[in-house]
Amino acid sequence: MLAFTLRRAIQAIGVMIAVGVIAFSMFRFAGDPVNQIVSLDTPAAEREAVRKSLGLDDPVPVQFARYFGNAAQFKFGVSYQFRQPVSNLLMERMPATLELAACATVLAMVFGILMGVYSALRRDTILTKFFQAVSLIGISLPTFLIGILLIYLFSVTLGWLPSFGRGDVVRIGWWTTGLLTLSGLKALIMPSITLGLFQMTLIMRLVRAEMLEVLRTDYIRFARARGLTTRAIHFGHALKNTLVPVITVAGLQFGSVIAFAIITETVFQWPGMGLLFVQAVQNVDIPIMAAYLLMVSLIFVTINLVVDILYTVVDPRLRSTIRRPA
Amino acid sequence: MTVPVLSVRNLEVEFLTRRSTLRAINGVSFDIAKGEVLGVVGESGAGKSVTGLAVIGLIDPPGRISGGEIYLSGTRIDHLPPEEIRRVRGKRIGMIFQDPLTSLNPLYRIGDQIVETIRTHLNLSETAARKRAIDLLAEVGIPAPDKRIDAYPHEFSGGMRQRVVIALAICAEPELIIADEPTTALDVSVQAQIISLIKRLGRDHGTAVMLVTHDMGVIAETSDRVAVMYSGRIAEIGPVQDVVQNPLHPYAKGLMGAIPTLAGEEKRLVQIPGSMPRLSAIPPGCSFNPRCAFAFDRCRVDRPEPLKQGSHAVACHLYDTAKETAA
Repeated sequence: MLAFTLRRAIQAIGVMIAVGVIAFSMFRFAGDPVNQIVSLDTPAAEREAVRKSLGLDDPVPVQFARYFGNAAQFKFGVSYQFRQPVSNLLMERMPATLELAACATVLAMVFGILMGVYSALRRDTILTKFFQAVSLIGISLPTFLIGILLIYLFSVTLGWLPSFGRGDVVRIGWWTTGLLTLSGLKALIMPSITLGLFQMTLIMRLVRAEMLEVLRTDYIRFARARGLTTRAIHFGHALKNTLVPVITVAGLQFGSVIAFAIITETVFQWPGMGLLFVQAVQNVDIPIMAAYLLMVSLIFVTINLVVDILYTVVDPRLRSTIRRPA
Repeated sequence: MTVPVLSVRNLEVEFLTRRSTLRAINGVSFDIAKGEVLGVVGESGAGKSVTGLAVIGLIDPPGRISGGEIYLSGTRIDHLPPEEIRRVRGKRIGMIFQDPLTSLNPLYRIGDQIVETIRTHLNLSETAARKRAIDLLAEVGIPAPDKRIDAYPHEFSGGMRQRVVIALAICAEPELIIADEPTTALDVSVQAQIISLIKRLGRDHGTAVMLVTHDMGVIAETSDRVAVMYSGRIAEIGPVQDVVQNPLHPYAKGLMGAIPTLAGEEKRLVQIPGSMPRLSAIPPGCSFNPRCAFAFDRCRVDRPEPLKQGSHAVACHLYDTAKETAA
């Protein structure tokens, strides 16, 4: 188990180095960074001075080593537009994104699993057909459209919920949270739904399909032949087996929830990393873009690792194959 | 005479399909006494497994029991509401399925699965149920049961898993065990062990056993009586020795003739020409008549009912001498 975790961790570091190369090469290929810093009428000598002071005249491998060494310590340089360390900017924005993503994922998991299980067990009811219709909408409508529709309905027409921002936040250490204030919670509702709807429908469809599959297996038939109660069969035996693949997908989806948050954050002007990234793209603020890329891939890699370990917790068969590697 | 443990009368099972209604079981009747092993043989699709599933009440839609009666120790069980038949399953009727590799839930320890089943049916504490589970595992021949109880299904071999499945089937001391091809998925060497285990358990506990299989060797080894099924009906039923040595029904004759023997010459095995009719195209009269070498006119119009013939009962007009002379 330890060897397995270690092996996975080493693979994760490999992935991070590869992403680092890509992030670094953005500096080289997205134009001369010096031009982004200085103004149009800066004399050439001064440009060279800036170049030298930033170390941009060093050989490429040296620059890469320096960049990577700094990145490993969460130093991503200074943003061109804000003239502040990128790590500070990201840290400031990260709680907003993580809270939004976590809310959306919890929402998606809870309703996705409930709706999926219900529609698998009661295949022909009206409610199931309704869920199926909702899932079709969720899976086919683009995120930004759902966000805009929600804003139109609940902010513009009904005036119940704020259309943008995070509301009031409470600061706990370096973390800011909107979960403790009423306006923060209200502000969280629509972005979470917008961000989570696609995941919810995905999980619902997955749970439904898996559950129907599991209910056809021999061990469920045998469980029925043993006279177990319907409840024990459905929720003890079938659901647990259903959740094995659901964990993987939901885990990996959490990564894409964070990545997709860019769109939701833009629609709701949510002050998170995604919005920061969009602004950075508009201003060719490469340090932020590169750092965002690294952060998102770090989150992805971490989630992957956690999912792999979770998998073995749920499924004993994997535990033994890991203990005795082939 | 005592009441038989299982008594099936004129059982009919239908499957509703979009086009028509298929009758998978058509007028099957048999009894199993306490401690008796009834072997049920036949080709694939003859209705052996469906009969077993009908007895335990696990025919799922679109299938349904459309006629007949099933009595368990004198009580009728075929029309019980779902919750009551659920209480019968596992408690009074235990079932063993064909594939032990897929019969156990892979995510739960076998001990948890046994304890769960015991506690569903018997009013025992967690510890008492666990103790009983260990005893059961010992009884079915799992070595070091107190350690193995906490193992997962994948940590057992196929034969050992089938023993666990058997332990699960007998954990509430059922009156009847339905074993649906319990040895088909196992190695030949393991088959014999499982067969003798089922036989021993039946004897020790006085349990009636309905053994569904297409393996005549298994039947000859285990059963007291045997029922030969053909396209949803019983063709012949009787004591196993008599039916194997002296089959009466042409189909049973063909079936017995197809068993290879070591003593035999180099002559080819007997084959029954043709194949069993599909459920949607069962011929009128005796369903075996298109393949039967002895078929005569009456076989093509009149469906034979099982008639007593010595120790056997056989559904064939060849032996219906009484009616023949009357006609």
